[in-house]
Amino acid sequence: MTAPTIPTHTEQGQPDPVWIRQAHHTLVKIRGLKKHFPITRGVLIQRQIGAVQAVDGLNFDIYRGETLGLVGESGCGKTTAGRTILQLYPPTAGQVIFDGVDVTALTGEALRHMRRRMQMIFQDPFASLNPRMTVARIVSEPLRAHKLASGKAQIERVQELLRLVRLNPRFINRYPHEFSGGQRQRIGVARALASEPEFIICDEPISALDVSIQAQVVNLLEDLQAELGLTFLFIAHDLSMVRHICSRVAVMYLGKIVELADKDELYEHPIHPYTRALLSAVPVPDPDAERQRRRIMLEGDVPSPINPPSGCRFRTRCPQAREHCALEAPTWHDAGGGHFVACHKV
Amino acid sequence: MAPLLEVRDLTVRFNTLDGVVHAVNGISYKLEQGETLGIVGESGCGKSVSVLSLMQLIPQPPGKIVAGQVLYKGQDLLQLGEEEIQHIRGQEIAMVFQDPMTSFNPVMRIGRQVGEGLRVHLAMTWQQVRARVAELLDLVGIPGAGARYDDYPHQFSGGMRQRAMIALGLSCTPSLLIADEPTTALDVTIQAQIIELVKGLREELGMAIIWITHDLGVVAGLAEKVLVMYAGFVVEQGSVDQIYKDPRHPYTMALLESLPRVDRSSKDRLATIPGFPPDLLGLPPGCPFMPRCAYAVERCHHENPTLTTVRDSSASPAGSGHEIACWVDVSTGEEQ
Repeated sequence: MTAPTIPTHTEQGQPDPVWIRQAHHTLVKIRGLKKHFPITRGVLIQRQIGAVQAVDGLNFDIYRGETLGLVGESGCGKTTAGRTILQLYPPTAGQVIFDGVDVTALTGEALRHMRRRMQMIFQDPFASLNPRMTVARIVSEPLRAHKLASGKAQIERVQELLRLVRLNPRFINRYPHEFSGGQRQRIGVARALASEPEFIICDEPISALDVSIQAQVVNLLEDLQAELGLTFLFIAHDLSMVRHICSRVAVMYLGKIVELADKDELYEHPIHPYTRALLSAVPVPDPDAERQRRRIMLEGDVPSPINPPSGCRFRTRCPQAREHCALEAPTWHDAGGGHFVACHKV
Repeated sequence: MAPLLEVRDLTVRFNTLDGVVHAVNGISYKLEQGETLGIVGESGCGKSVSVLSLMQLIPQPPGKIVAGQVLYKGQDLLQLGEEEIQHIRGQEIAMVFQDPMTSFNPVMRIGRQVGEGLRVHLAMTWQQVRARVAELLDLVGIPGAGARYDDYPHQFSGGMRQRAMIALGLSCTPSLLIADEPTTALDVTIQAQIIELVKGLREELGMAIIWITHDLGVVAGLAEKVLVMYAGFVVEQGSVDQIYKDPRHPYTMALLESLPRVDRSSKDRLATIPGFPPDLLGLPPGCPFMPRCAYAVERCHHENPTLTTVRDSSASPAGSGHEIACWVDVSTGEEQ
């Protein structure tokens, strides 16, 4: 096992995406990842009558020290993707290669050992902390599960973790209900950090928080990344925040990634019609910009992942769809400079 | 001409087991015919309670409208009895709620729910209701509107339900539509559809709108006037240009600075507001924002400022209507 390399950072403390790509320190490699949930009929003898194709063939790399944003609308499969990468759901097909090891092939103790290096921060700070456990018990759970510390050392480690997330270490005997939403999310972050992971999946970590609290948590995540050399997969639907925090961004639609690029490239020069529509729909807190903006309106709703459209999945709502799009699924290819896209138009 | 709606010194409290919650603490504003007002603030700042109180929609008890007047076309809505206010609800002032998933009755057909106001207020026959509902559903852009009358809410997607909710709100052509976070539960592309829909309908029907949200981006593109609320108080109000280009209250400024923008590359750290909103059970005697404020002076600790007109607002002619509740002039950092 190699020691994690601390990436170089720009002056503002954000990882430099160009450096990361040039260095090509891939931490997580995802190849053909699929997760289908079976739909069954019958009570005693259940037979499968279909599948929710929540995640259907993802291919991308996550570089060491970067923050990769995964955006998309509700139901597009981004949370399922995150959970399948961490093996919280067994994948239907595909590989997740973490630091050279295919974790989908691991079981039992070997998988447990691997889990120590990959953690998750959940969306809802109210539901993700057990209300009957003290902060000390919540944060020390990974320490006990992986037998990393016990007794006095365990308490000291919890206090250290609380200091790390800017919480008062004296809070260790309090219960979650005594904290505000932002503070609870910090407890969730402390728990994720307890096992000293290299890779953390942040599943909508700020969407349940108020605007003034969101910035606090985002800054904390950025500081921790710089301090500890963490790699983040940042799942979110807030495209403004993703532009701020991420180095590269992947856009998901109905179980597939349609576009992936460096963040400024993606926001300034989006190629895929869905990315364009998505970006044009985000309101901007500036009345002049709002008066001038022209929205690309999408018709209708996202189709069901049980019976997705043939060919390109976006074709039913795509303003530029042609006959060809219904026949063949577009290939996932590099349109130049690490700007990946899946569309027949390019 | 008298404004369509004038709220004066509205104060709402809730008696709970823990004590008295001071939800809305004397807010005042005016709304002209056809005007759109955005009310922004974080959760628990009293923005929903303040508009629910307009039509006596808060449960009383535990809630209590302690003081204030709500003058709608010159009539004080708070003085009306249950029967009289029923004529206002839905017919004169309609409401669109936040959660399209829970605000419809799941065992009642969509058409009946959308058409309920037509039956009650306009005494239409079921045949007339059916025809009008089809028109309304078509107006809000539901495909195959005529055939959807007999559908149940679960057959509609979230965006369609919110459209149906808007159709319900519009059914009796109200003069004022109150929308309480109508797009918060929706995805951005659906949100964009709903906003464009409301903008179009506003022009077509000429109604006034109160749009409540915590999303400062949505209000920037929709409202003419903006009210910023904090801890049950209005801390700043003005035209949309005044609020966004020339914010004068430290809270509004901090809120705008803490937002990253989708149309700009940002390398800097986000500005944060330290601490968290106050407990409405026991507000301190001074300015409610004081503990989090970067500009606080001695006076802020013991005296709560009232709304006063900003003297030299540059973003709009003569600074008309731009008001803040703050002791400090943020441009100089000195007490004003």
